[in-house]
Amino acid sequence: MNRFYVMVGVLAVVLGIGVLALLKTGGGSAPAAAAGAPPTVVDDSFRGYTLGQGSAPVEIVEYLDFECPVCATFATIQMPTIKDQLINTGKARWRLRDYPLPIHKYARFAAHAAQCAGAQGRYFEMQDQLFSHHQWAQTGKDPSNLFRDLARAAGVDVKAYDGCMEAGRFAGRIEYSRQEGDQRLVDGTPTFYATGKKLFTNFRRLPNSDDFKSLVDSIIAHSPPQPRTRPTHH
Amino acid sequence: MRHRQAIALLALVGLFVALYMWLHALGFGGAIKCGASGGCETVQTSQWAVFLGFPVAFYGVVGYLAILIIALVALRASALAQRDWNLLLLLLATMGVVFTAYLTYVELFLIHAICRWCAGSAVIISLIWIVSLLSLRSPAIRTDPGVSQPLRGPPA
Repeated sequence: MNRFYVMVGVLAVVLGIGVLALLKTGGGSAPAAAAGAPPTVVDDSFRGYTLGQGSAPVEIVEYLDFECPVCATFATIQMPTIKDQLINTGKARWRLRDYPLPIHKYARFAAHAAQCAGAQGRYFEMQDQLFSHHQWAQTGKDPSNLFRDLARAAGVDVKAYDGCMEAGRFAGRIEYSRQEGDQRLVDGTPTFYATGKKLFTNFRRLPNSDDFKSLVDSIIAHSPPQPRTRPTHH
Repeated sequence: MRHRQAIALLALVGLFVALYMWLHALGFGGAIKCGASGGCETVQTSQWAVFLGFPVAFYGVVGYLAILIIALVALRASALAQRDWNLLLLLLATMGVVFTAYLTYVELFLIHAICRWCAGSAVIISLIWIVSLLSLRSPAIRTDPGVSQPLRGPPA
Protein backbone atom coordinates (compact mmCIF):
# COMPACT_ATOMS: atom_id res chain seq x y z
CA MET A 1 0.00 0.00 0.00
CA ASN A 2 2.78 2.41 0.94
CA ARG A 3 4.47 1.75 -2.38
CA PHE A 4 1.26 2.85 -4.09
CA TYR A 5 1.19 6.21 -2.29
CA VAL A 6 4.85 6.78 -3.19
CA MET A 7 3.93 6.07 -6.81
CA VAL A 8 1.05 8.59 -6.62
CA GLY A 9 3.39 11.20 -5.14
CA VAL A 10 6.09 10.68 -7.75
CA LEU A 11 3.54 10.76 -10.58
CA ALA A 12 2.04 13.99 -9.22
CA VAL A 13 5.47 15.64 -9.10
CA VAL A 14 6.37 14.48 -12.63
CA LEU A 15 3.02 15.64 -14.05
CA GLY A 16 3.28 18.96 -12.20
CA ILE A 17 6.73 19.61 -13.67
CA GLY A 18 5.37 18.62 -17.10
CA VAL A 19 2.50 21.13 -16.88
CA LEU A 20 4.85 23.90 -15.73
CA ALA A 21 7.21 23.13 -18.61
CA LEU A 22 4.32 23.20 -21.10
CA LEU A 23 3.11 26.55 -19.78
CA LYS A 24 6.60 28.01 -19.87
CA THR A 25 7.48 26.85 -23.36
CA GLY A 26 4.11 27.49 -24.98
CA GLY A 27 5.10 27.89 -28.59
CA GLY A 28 3.95 30.24 -31.30
CA SER A 29 4.57 33.91 -31.72
CA ALA A 30 3.21 36.40 -34.16
CA PRO A 31 5.83 37.02 -36.88
CA ALA A 32 6.96 40.63 -36.49
CA ALA A 33 6.79 41.19 -40.24
CA ALA A 34 3.05 40.52 -40.24
CA ALA A 35 2.23 41.98 -36.83
CA GLY A 36 3.82 45.41 -37.12
CA ALA A 37 3.84 48.40 -39.43
CA PRO A 38 6.23 47.98 -42.39
CA PRO A 39 9.18 50.33 -42.92
CA THR A 40 7.87 51.32 -46.33
CA VAL A 41 4.36 51.75 -47.70
CA VAL A 42 3.60 49.99 -50.92
CA ASP A 43 0.85 50.78 -53.37
CA ASP A 44 0.35 47.52 -55.18
CA SER A 45 -2.78 48.98 -56.80
CA PHE A 46 -4.92 46.67 -54.66
CA ARG A 47 -8.04 48.43 -53.42
CA GLY A 48 -9.73 45.80 -51.28
CA TYR A 49 -11.67 42.60 -51.75
CA THR A 50 -15.21 43.09 -52.96
CA LEU A 51 -18.48 41.26 -52.55
CA GLY A 52 -21.13 41.65 -55.22
CA GLN A 53 -21.42 42.40 -58.90
CA GLY A 54 -19.17 44.91 -60.63
CA SER A 55 -22.28 46.39 -62.26
CA ALA A 56 -24.03 47.12 -58.94
CA PRO A 57 -25.21 50.77 -58.91
CA VAL A 58 -23.97 51.46 -55.36
CA GLU A 59 -20.62 50.69 -53.83
CA ILE A 60 -20.21 50.68 -50.05
CA VAL A 61 -16.66 50.89 -48.75
CA GLU A 62 -16.10 49.58 -45.24
CA TYR A 63 -12.95 50.31 -43.24
CA LEU A 64 -12.60 47.57 -40.69
CA ASP A 65 -10.36 46.35 -37.92
CA PHE A 66 -10.40 42.60 -37.28
CA GLU A 67 -9.85 43.00 -33.55
CA CYS A 68 -12.71 45.48 -33.16
CA PRO A 69 -15.71 43.83 -31.45
CA VAL A 70 -18.19 46.15 -33.19
CA CYS A 71 -16.79 45.08 -36.58
CA ALA A 72 -17.25 41.44 -35.54
CA THR A 73 -20.84 42.10 -34.44
CA PHE A 74 -21.58 43.90 -37.69
CA ALA A 75 -20.02 41.12 -39.78
CA THR A 76 -21.79 38.27 -38.01
CA ILE A 77 -25.19 39.84 -37.35
CA GLN A 78 -25.88 42.52 -39.98
CA MET A 79 -23.91 41.31 -43.00
CA PRO A 80 -25.89 38.10 -43.67
CA THR A 81 -29.06 40.20 -44.14
CA ILE A 82 -27.21 42.84 -46.15
CA LYS A 83 -25.89 40.09 -48.43
CA ASP A 84 -29.42 38.77 -48.96
CA GLN A 85 -31.08 42.14 -49.47
CA LEU A 86 -28.48 44.21 -51.28
CA ILE A 87 -25.46 42.29 -52.48
CA ASN A 88 -27.04 39.14 -53.90
CA THR A 89 -29.80 41.23 -55.51
CA GLY A 90 -27.22 43.23 -57.45
CA LYS A 91 -28.10 46.55 -55.77
CA ALA A 92 -24.83 47.05 -53.93
CA ARG A 93 -21.20 46.01 -54.00
CA TRP A 94 -19.21 45.86 -50.77
CA ARG A 95 -15.53 46.81 -50.66
CA LEU A 96 -13.46 45.94 -47.60
CA ARG A 97 -10.47 48.06 -46.60
CA ASP A 98 -8.15 47.50 -43.67
CA TYR A 99 -7.92 50.08 -40.95
CA PRO A 100 -6.05 48.40 -38.05
CA LEU A 101 -6.33 50.65 -35.02
CA PRO A 102 -3.13 51.24 -33.03
CA ILE A 103 -4.89 50.33 -29.77
CA HIS A 104 -5.43 46.79 -31.03
CA LYS A 105 -2.32 44.66 -30.60
CA TYR A 106 -3.15 41.97 -33.15
CA ALA A 107 -5.38 43.90 -35.59
CA ARG A 108 -2.64 44.25 -38.17
CA PHE A 109 -1.65 40.61 -37.72
CA ALA A 110 -5.26 39.50 -38.25
CA ALA A 111 -5.58 41.72 -41.33
CA HIS A 112 -2.41 40.10 -42.64
CA ALA A 113 -3.77 36.62 -41.98
CA ALA A 114 -6.87 37.51 -44.00
CA GLN A 115 -4.72 38.88 -46.83
CA CYS A 116 -2.58 35.74 -46.87
CA ALA A 117 -5.76 33.66 -47.08
CA GLY A 118 -6.95 36.04 -49.81
CA ALA A 119 -3.81 35.26 -51.81
CA GLN A 120 -5.20 31.72 -52.00
CA GLY A 121 -8.71 32.91 -52.87
CA ARG A 122 -9.99 32.42 -49.30
CA TYR A 123 -10.27 35.98 -47.99
CA PHE A 124 -13.95 35.87 -47.13
CA GLU A 125 -13.72 32.37 -45.61
CA MET A 126 -10.87 33.60 -43.39
CA GLN A 127 -12.78 36.75 -42.51
CA ASP A 128 -15.71 34.57 -41.40
CA GLN A 129 -13.37 32.48 -39.25
CA LEU A 130 -11.72 35.51 -37.63
CA PHE A 131 -15.03 37.14 -36.78
CA SER A 132 -16.92 34.02 -35.71
CA HIS A 133 -14.12 32.95 -33.32
CA HIS A 134 -13.66 36.44 -32.01
CA GLN A 135 -12.81 35.45 -28.45
CA TRP A 136 -9.16 35.73 -29.50
CA ALA A 137 -9.60 39.49 -29.49
CA GLN A 138 -10.55 39.50 -25.81
CA THR A 139 -7.87 37.26 -24.39
CA GLY A 140 -4.86 39.39 -25.40
CA LYS A 141 -2.97 36.16 -26.02
CA ASP A 142 -0.79 35.58 -29.04
CA PRO A 143 -3.24 34.28 -31.67
CA SER A 144 -0.70 32.96 -34.18
CA ASN A 145 -1.49 29.28 -33.58
CA LEU A 146 -5.22 29.95 -33.57
CA PHE A 147 -4.99 31.84 -36.84
CA ARG A 148 -3.19 28.87 -38.40
CA ASP A 149 -6.07 26.66 -37.27
CA LEU A 150 -8.60 29.15 -38.61
CA ALA A 151 -6.72 29.36 -41.91
CA ARG A 152 -6.82 25.58 -42.14
CA ALA A 153 -10.57 25.62 -41.40
CA ALA A 154 -10.98 28.26 -44.12
CA GLY A 155 -9.45 25.86 -46.63
CA VAL A 156 -6.09 27.61 -46.82
CA ASP A 157 -2.87 25.72 -47.55
CA VAL A 158 -1.09 26.28 -44.23
CA LYS A 159 2.44 25.90 -45.55
CA ALA A 160 1.97 28.71 -48.06
CA TYR A 161 0.14 30.70 -45.39
CA ASP A 162 3.09 30.34 -42.99
CA GLY A 163 5.51 31.57 -45.65
CA CYS A 164 3.26 34.54 -46.41
CA MET A 165 2.97 35.47 -42.72
CA GLU A 166 6.68 35.04 -41.99
CA ALA A 167 7.57 37.26 -44.95
CA GLY A 168 4.98 39.89 -44.04
CA ARG A 169 4.05 39.85 -47.70
CA PHE A 170 1.04 42.16 -47.39
CA ALA A 171 2.22 44.45 -44.57
CA GLY A 172 2.77 47.29 -47.03
CA ARG A 173 -0.66 46.83 -48.57
CA ILE A 174 -2.35 46.98 -45.17
CA GLU A 175 -0.45 50.12 -44.19
CA TYR A 176 -1.37 51.73 -47.51
CA SER A 177 -5.03 51.00 -46.78
CA ARG A 178 -4.71 52.45 -43.27
CA GLN A 179 -3.12 55.65 -44.59
CA GLU A 180 -5.86 55.88 -47.20
CA GLY A 181 -8.33 55.67 -44.32
CA ASP A 182 -6.53 58.51 -42.55
CA GLN A 183 -6.84 60.66 -45.65
CA ARG A 184 -10.56 59.92 -45.81
CA LEU A 185 -10.88 60.88 -42.15
CA VAL A 186 -11.75 57.45 -40.82
CA ASP A 187 -12.03 57.97 -37.08
CA GLY A 188 -13.07 54.53 -35.89
CA THR A 189 -14.17 51.15 -37.11
CA PRO A 190 -16.27 50.19 -38.87
CA THR A 191 -16.55 53.34 -40.98
CA PHE A 192 -18.60 53.26 -44.18
CA TYR A 193 -18.54 55.31 -47.36
CA ALA A 194 -20.83 55.46 -50.38
CA THR A 195 -20.63 57.73 -53.39
CA GLY A 196 -17.54 59.28 -51.83
CA LYS A 197 -19.28 60.37 -48.63
CA LYS A 198 -18.84 59.13 -45.10
CA LEU A 199 -22.06 57.47 -43.91
CA PHE A 200 -24.05 57.60 -40.69
CA THR A 201 -21.93 60.39 -39.21
CA ASN A 202 -24.77 61.46 -36.93
CA PHE A 203 -25.46 57.92 -35.69
CA ARG A 204 -24.81 57.09 -32.08
CA ARG A 205 -25.24 53.39 -32.76
CA LEU A 206 -24.02 50.73 -35.16
CA PRO A 207 -25.95 50.96 -38.45
CA ASN A 208 -28.01 47.89 -39.21
CA SER A 209 -29.18 46.17 -42.37
CA ASP A 210 -32.34 48.33 -42.52
CA ASP A 211 -30.21 51.48 -42.50
CA PHE A 212 -28.21 50.18 -45.44
CA LYS A 213 -31.32 49.10 -47.32
CA SER A 214 -32.88 52.56 -46.94
CA LEU A 215 -29.62 54.20 -47.96
CA VAL A 216 -29.06 52.06 -51.06
CA ASP A 217 -32.69 52.34 -52.16
CA SER A 218 -32.49 56.10 -51.72
CA ILE A 219 -29.27 56.40 -53.72
CA ILE A 220 -30.72 54.27 -56.52
CA ALA A 221 -33.99 56.26 -56.51
CA HIS A 222 -32.13 59.59 -56.74
CA SER A 223 -29.61 58.45 -59.32
CA PRO A 224 -30.12 59.75 -62.83
CA PRO A 225 -31.31 56.97 -65.10
CA GLN A 226 -28.54 55.24 -66.95
CA PRO A 227 -28.36 56.52 -70.52
CA ARG A 228 -29.49 53.90 -72.93
CA THR A 229 -27.07 53.13 -75.68
CA ARG A 230 -28.68 53.78 -79.00
CA PRO A 231 -28.19 51.33 -81.74
CA THR A 232 -25.88 52.79 -84.29
CA HIS A 233 -26.91 52.96 -87.90
CA HIS A 234 -24.50 52.92 -90.67
CA MET B 1 -8.35 -2.55 -4.28
CA ARG B 2 -6.55 -2.75 -7.62
CA HIS B 3 -9.52 -1.07 -9.30
CA ARG B 4 -9.49 1.85 -6.90
CA GLN B 5 -5.73 2.24 -7.31
CA ALA B 6 -6.09 2.27 -11.08
CA ILE B 7 -8.89 4.85 -10.83
CA ALA B 8 -6.76 7.05 -8.55
CA LEU B 9 -3.80 6.97 -10.97
CA LEU B 10 -5.98 7.67 -14.00
CA ALA B 11 -7.72 10.53 -12.18
CA LEU B 12 -4.34 12.00 -11.27
CA VAL B 13 -3.26 12.05 -14.92
CA GLY B 14 -6.65 13.47 -15.97
CA LEU B 15 -6.37 16.12 -13.28
CA PHE B 16 -3.11 17.46 -14.72
CA VAL B 17 -4.44 17.39 -18.29
CA ALA B 18 -7.47 19.43 -17.19
CA LEU B 19 -5.26 21.68 -15.06
CA TYR B 20 -3.08 22.54 -18.06
CA MET B 21 -6.13 23.38 -20.17
CA TRP B 22 -7.65 25.43 -17.36
CA LEU B 23 -4.48 27.42 -16.68
CA HIS B 24 -4.19 28.09 -20.40
CA ALA B 25 -7.81 29.26 -20.50
CA LEU B 26 -6.99 31.64 -17.62
CA GLY B 27 -4.20 33.17 -19.68
CA PHE B 28 -1.13 31.46 -18.21
CA GLY B 29 1.62 30.43 -20.60
CA GLY B 30 1.82 31.09 -24.31
CA ALA B 31 0.01 29.39 -27.15
CA ILE B 32 -1.24 25.93 -26.32
CA LYS B 33 0.94 22.96 -27.31
CA CYS B 34 -1.25 20.97 -29.61
CA GLY B 35 0.85 19.16 -32.19
CA ALA B 36 1.08 19.83 -35.90
CA SER B 37 -2.57 19.21 -36.68
CA GLY B 38 -3.73 22.04 -34.37
CA GLY B 39 -7.33 22.37 -33.28
CA CYS B 40 -6.82 23.18 -29.58
CA GLU B 41 -6.92 26.96 -29.99
CA THR B 42 -10.01 26.66 -32.16
CA VAL B 43 -11.76 24.65 -29.49
CA GLN B 44 -10.45 26.75 -26.59
CA THR B 45 -11.57 30.02 -28.17
CA SER B 46 -14.94 28.82 -29.40
CA GLN B 47 -18.19 29.88 -27.76
CA TRP B 48 -18.52 26.38 -26.29
CA ALA B 49 -15.26 26.68 -24.33
CA VAL B 50 -17.16 28.33 -21.48
CA PHE B 51 -19.94 26.48 -19.68
CA LEU B 52 -22.12 28.24 -17.08
CA GLY B 53 -19.59 31.02 -16.74
CA PHE B 54 -16.50 28.85 -16.23
CA PRO B 55 -13.99 27.44 -18.73
CA VAL B 56 -14.92 23.84 -19.58
CA ALA B 57 -11.53 22.65 -18.29
CA PHE B 58 -12.45 23.93 -14.82
CA TYR B 59 -15.16 21.25 -14.59
CA GLY B 60 -12.52 18.71 -15.60
CA VAL B 61 -10.27 19.83 -12.75
CA VAL B 62 -13.12 19.62 -10.23
CA GLY B 63 -14.32 16.26 -11.55
CA TYR B 64 -10.92 14.56 -11.62
CA LEU B 65 -10.04 15.99 -8.21
CA ALA B 66 -13.29 14.61 -6.76
CA ILE B 67 -12.63 11.17 -8.29
CA LEU B 68 -9.02 11.19 -7.05
CA ILE B 69 -9.97 12.14 -3.49
CA ILE B 70 -12.77 9.58 -3.31
CA ALA B 71 -10.57 6.84 -4.76
CA LEU B 72 -7.85 7.62 -2.17
CA VAL B 73 -10.38 7.70 0.67
CA ALA B 74 -11.80 4.39 -0.56
CA LEU B 75 -8.30 2.90 -0.37
CA ARG B 76 -8.11 3.33 3.40
CA ALA B 77 -8.04 -0.03 5.17
CA SER B 78 -11.36 0.66 6.89
CA ALA B 79 -13.06 1.47 3.56
CA LEU B 80 -11.74 -1.40 1.47
CA ALA B 81 -14.63 -3.72 2.24
CA GLN B 82 -17.29 -1.04 1.70
CA ARG B 83 -18.70 -1.42 -1.79
CA ASP B 84 -20.64 1.84 -1.76
CA TRP B 85 -17.43 3.66 -2.71
CA ASN B 86 -17.43 1.75 -6.01
CA LEU B 87 -20.95 2.99 -6.71
CA LEU B 88 -19.97 6.56 -5.90
CA LEU B 89 -16.94 6.33 -8.21
CA LEU B 90 -19.11 4.89 -10.98
CA LEU B 91 -21.62 7.72 -10.51
CA LEU B 92 -18.91 10.39 -10.82
CA ALA B 93 -17.29 8.63 -13.79
CA THR B 94 -20.69 8.39 -15.52
CA MET B 95 -21.24 12.13 -15.07
CA GLY B 96 -17.78 12.71 -16.53
CA VAL B 97 -18.42 10.43 -19.49
CA VAL B 98 -21.76 12.11 -20.27
CA PHE B 99 -20.18 15.59 -20.12
CA THR B 100 -17.25 14.40 -22.25
CA ALA B 101 -19.63 12.88 -24.81
CA TYR B 102 -21.40 16.25 -25.10
CA LEU B 103 -18.06 18.06 -25.54
CA THR B 104 -16.86 15.56 -28.14
CA TYR B 105 -20.13 16.04 -30.06
CA VAL B 106 -19.57 19.82 -29.96
CA GLU B 107 -16.01 19.41 -31.23
CA LEU B 108 -16.93 17.07 -34.06
CA PHE B 109 -20.18 18.57 -35.29
CA LEU B 110 -20.27 22.22 -34.21
CA ILE B 111 -16.68 23.43 -33.98
CA HIS B 112 -15.33 20.94 -36.56
CA ALA B 113 -12.00 20.74 -34.76
CA ILE B 114 -10.48 18.23 -32.40
CA CYS B 115 -8.31 19.18 -29.48
CA ARG B 116 -5.78 16.47 -28.61
CA TRP B 117 -5.83 17.31 -24.92
CA CYS B 118 -9.63 17.01 -24.88
CA ALA B 119 -9.36 13.68 -26.71
CA GLY B 120 -6.80 12.53 -24.13
CA SER B 121 -9.14 13.50 -21.32
CA ALA B 122 -11.98 11.66 -23.05
CA VAL B 123 -9.88 8.48 -23.13
CA ILE B 124 -8.95 8.85 -19.44
CA ILE B 125 -12.51 9.39 -18.20
CA SER B 126 -13.71 6.48 -20.36
CA LEU B 127 -11.06 4.22 -18.81
CA ILE B 128 -12.08 5.38 -15.32
CA TRP B 129 -15.69 4.58 -16.15
CA ILE B 130 -14.78 1.08 -17.43
CA VAL B 131 -12.62 0.32 -14.37
CA SER B 132 -15.29 1.59 -11.96
CA LEU B 133 -17.84 -0.60 -13.75
CA LEU B 134 -15.53 -3.62 -13.43
CA SER B 135 -15.04 -2.86 -9.73
CA LEU B 136 -18.74 -3.43 -9.16
CA ARG B 137 -18.42 -6.96 -10.55
CA SER B 138 -15.36 -7.91 -8.54
CA PRO B 139 -15.83 -9.89 -5.30
CA ALA B 140 -15.81 -7.95 -2.04
CA ILE B 141 -12.59 -7.85 -0.10
CA ARG B 142 -12.75 -9.63 3.24
CA THR B 143 -11.07 -7.71 6.06
CA ASP B 144 -11.65 -10.45 8.64
CA PRO B 145 -9.71 -13.45 7.37
CA GLY B 146 -10.55 -16.70 9.10
CA VAL B 147 -13.99 -15.62 10.20
CA SER B 148 -16.65 -16.63 7.75
CA GLN B 149 -20.21 -15.45 7.82
CA PRO B 150 -22.74 -18.22 8.50
CA LEU B 151 -24.70 -19.06 5.40
CA ARG B 152 -28.29 -18.01 5.64
CA GLY B 153 -30.85 -20.32 4.25
CA PRO B 154 -34.09 -19.28 2.69
CA PRO B 155 -36.81 -18.27 5.16
CA ALA B 156 -38.86 -21.18 6.25
